[in-house]
Amino acid sequence: MVETIDIGMVNWSRALFALTAMYHWIFAPLTLGLSWIIAFYETIYYRTGDESWRKLTKFWMKLFGINFAIGVATGIILEFEFGTNWSNYSWMVGDIFGAPLAIEGIAAFFLESTFFAVMFFGWNRVSKRFHLVSTYMVAIGSNLSALWILVANAWMQYPVGMTFNPDTARFEMQDIMAVIFSPVAISKFTHTTSSSFLFASLFVVSVSSWYLLKQRHLKMAKRSILVASVFGLVASLYVVFTGDEAAFQDARHQPMKLAAFEAHYVGDSPSGLIAFGIMNPNKELRDDRNAFYLKVKFPRMLSLLAKRTFDGYVPGLEDLIYGNPNEGIMGAVQKMKRGKIAVASLADYKAAKLNDDILASKNALETFRAHEAYFGYGFFEQPEQALPSVGIMFYSFHIMAGLGFLFILIFILFIVFGFKDKLSQTGWLLKLGVPLFFLGFIAQEAGWLVAEVGRQPWAIQSMLPVSIARTNLDSGTVAATFFIFLGLFTILLIAEIKIMLTQIQHGPEEV
Amino acid sequence: MIGSLDLSTLQAIWWLLVSVIGALFLFLQFVQGGQTLLLDVAKTEDEKTLIVNSLGVKWELTFTTLVLFGGAIFAAFPKLYATSFGGAYWVWIAILLTFVIQAVSYEYRKKPNNLLGQKGYEIFLFINGSVGVLLIGAAVGTFFTGANFELNEYNFVTWTHPLRGLEAAFNYFNISLGLFLVFNARVLGSLYLLNNIDFNSAPDLEKRLRQSTGMNFLIEFVFLLIVLVSLIFMSGYGVTEDGEIEIVAYKYARNLIANPINIILLLGGLGLVIWSVFITRFRSANHGIWFGGLGTILVGLTVFFLVGYNNSCIYPSLTHPQASLTIYNASSTHYTLTAMTYVAMIIPFVFAYIVYVWRAMDFKKLSLDDLKEKAY
Repeated sequence: MVETIDIGMVNWSRALFALTAMYHWIFAPLTLGLSWIIAFYETIYYRTGDESWRKLTKFWMKLFGINFAIGVATGIILEFEFGTNWSNYSWMVGDIFGAPLAIEGIAAFFLESTFFAVMFFGWNRVSKRFHLVSTYMVAIGSNLSALWILVANAWMQYPVGMTFNPDTARFEMQDIMAVIFSPVAISKFTHTTSSSFLFASLFVVSVSSWYLLKQRHLKMAKRSILVASVFGLVASLYVVFTGDEAAFQDARHQPMKLAAFEAHYVGDSPSGLIAFGIMNPNKELRDDRNAFYLKVKFPRMLSLLAKRTFDGYVPGLEDLIYGNPNEGIMGAVQKMKRGKIAVASLADYKAAKLNDDILASKNALETFRAHEAYFGYGFFEQPEQALPSVGIMFYSFHIMAGLGFLFILIFILFIVFGFKDKLSQTGWLLKLGVPLFFLGFIAQEAGWLVAEVGRQPWAIQSMLPVSIARTNLDSGTVAATFFIFLGLFTILLIAEIKIMLTQIQHGPEEV
Repeated sequence: MIGSLDLSTLQAIWWLLVSVIGALFLFLQFVQGGQTLLLDVAKTEDEKTLIVNSLGVKWELTFTTLVLFGGAIFAAFPKLYATSFGGAYWVWIAILLTFVIQAVSYEYRKKPNNLLGQKGYEIFLFINGSVGVLLIGAAVGTFFTGANFELNEYNFVTWTHPLRGLEAAFNYFNISLGLFLVFNARVLGSLYLLNNIDFNSAPDLEKRLRQSTGMNFLIEFVFLLIVLVSLIFMSGYGVTEDGEIEIVAYKYARNLIANPINIILLLGGLGLVIWSVFITRFRSANHGIWFGGLGTILVGLTVFFLVGYNNSCIYPSLTHPQASLTIYNASSTHYTLTAMTYVAMIIPFVFAYIVYVWRAMDFKKLSLDDLKEKAY
């Protein structure tokens, strides 16, 4: 299919996409969550007519606007990077992957961008009710946008509703409903949006805690914290529920991802979930070293997470790479053999078609169909290529999950002290509250790493490795693009932070 | 119902939809044109503020239309998306960068402590309005003039020019099309601002915008003539009945006369643009944007129809002509086009709420007093 693969270029292309996505993922979750929180504040203003709620709404709206702009700027690059740097992928899956992106444009972006103008500039131009509706439309539009991009992303993790057409060498859609309502898509959407609500709540709590510590804007800060903490607590509880479902889906459809984020080298039953661990960086597959210097486990919990039973067998990385006939697990070694037959029979099929050899093409097609489920493995040279980076996965997952549980506790504390109206006297909690946003940011990026590093080396799980999906560019070109983007995004990020901090320092209009 | 349409009909429908989105994007480039006017038409800080805030409630609409244009091509003509974006790499990266810097500029320009200063963000807006639009024109120009690429048996693109897409900017036709768009956007920008701003607080700005409309139209007209004359005499790639691709003399002139709709759209569009400039310059009208906008949409539709229909190549390969793309060999499958056509049925609804909100927001012209509450 491709004569030579420049791995350096592939890695630069991955780095470029990771850079863009991780920058975008600083701003996008804040947009998703803050849009709802602002809508709640404005609802209270609409119902009470209390001018101080209007000023509070406008203050958070101002911070929302600063964040929204750079989120849009980094977002446009993502859509077009599929074309510029992953053009083979774009052609091979455009039928399926392009559709949700186009729907996102039609059904979500216009809603967001049209009503954004009313939300910011319409206070004196439209009625109070129309303004409130517009604010909700921005929240709905931005979350609908998340829905469609996550449907597309979920399909990369769990390709359903499609068939591979050997004549065009493309993946073609057969059932759009299967793509939209795939269990992985539902799990991704609910987990990602609820974690974004949590993140935005942390942002509000952080800024408001700082005001309370500085004895400024007390009324506004207390009100902001109360609404955001309740929203944040509900969201963080839902994050746990949806996170559990996401891990269960990983166990079913991407067991390598689950084994990697638990650094689960050897399968076992019952299997324990690691609560805390320090990995041995020298650990290799099938060596005698212990994978951990130190670890604390919850017994049987990994079995429960992955198999919904207390004694289910959870395959380890070695099972998934080398196979485990006793448990009926086919490893990457065996899949590679079948995959290479699929790749060779596809080439035979195309050659036979070119020569109008009907019998040979029929035989080649039958062979291909029998092995096409392993097609992507046919491009590997070594079975270990199927392994994502275990260290990054393990630490990312445990940092994300640990912080997730910590946030629940912190939101409860803020609600308890907030409703007792004792926040101003609880300095220790406020000091804990100020850095929450940064912890939330770390949890968000860690979550993204678990989802996307865990997908590696696949562009489409088991079907298309990233090495085939890329555009035929030289590594210097992609490296140059990487540094241009890195420079520009960093300048814009610094500008955004400076502006945001200045606006926070300035604070809302006094009431 | 839609599922019973044959594939070629669906492909034609989707080229029509892509053409409509592309033509609307050309109209909405009044935002980009308006941004360039900050440099020469706005003389005072208040005038700059009025222009930026007038455009500031519309820029996202243009931006979103560009994103939708990309998304529609990705879904409906993925081979065009993959070949053009992956092949003409640097020109698309350059275009994207100009839109990245635009997206932050409205919000950050006047904010205290914004790192780059007000001037920095105004330069960003100018780059987006000039270089961005010019390169979009150059990229669209390659749909006619072709590009240096080949496709292997799996349709993976290999670019055969070392400039990797930037060579498009060194072709006189592409550059002329780009400059036509730049100056057309400036005309539209002037017309839009004349319609949207209350000039009681800035009477000189109104005068300069009227002058700008006329001057930019004259320059635009020169490049338009170059584009039109070139198109009439240009050879193009056509598809024969047995699927071979061959060079056809006067291909786009033939396409023009093959369908009277093309001629009606082109002449009607040009007439409307000329009329909009005339009434704005000589009759002090403020509603020229609607004629100029509709005219631009009609001319834009003609451009996309000429390149897409009548067995033409939407992306000719100069080095490997048989690899050239048509709406038939570059499209998605029947299933995807059918599903997407059902989705596209919500477009009139989207259009309706955009018009409703636009009217609600613009019923009162923008004055400096309005900017006391919230301004960019």
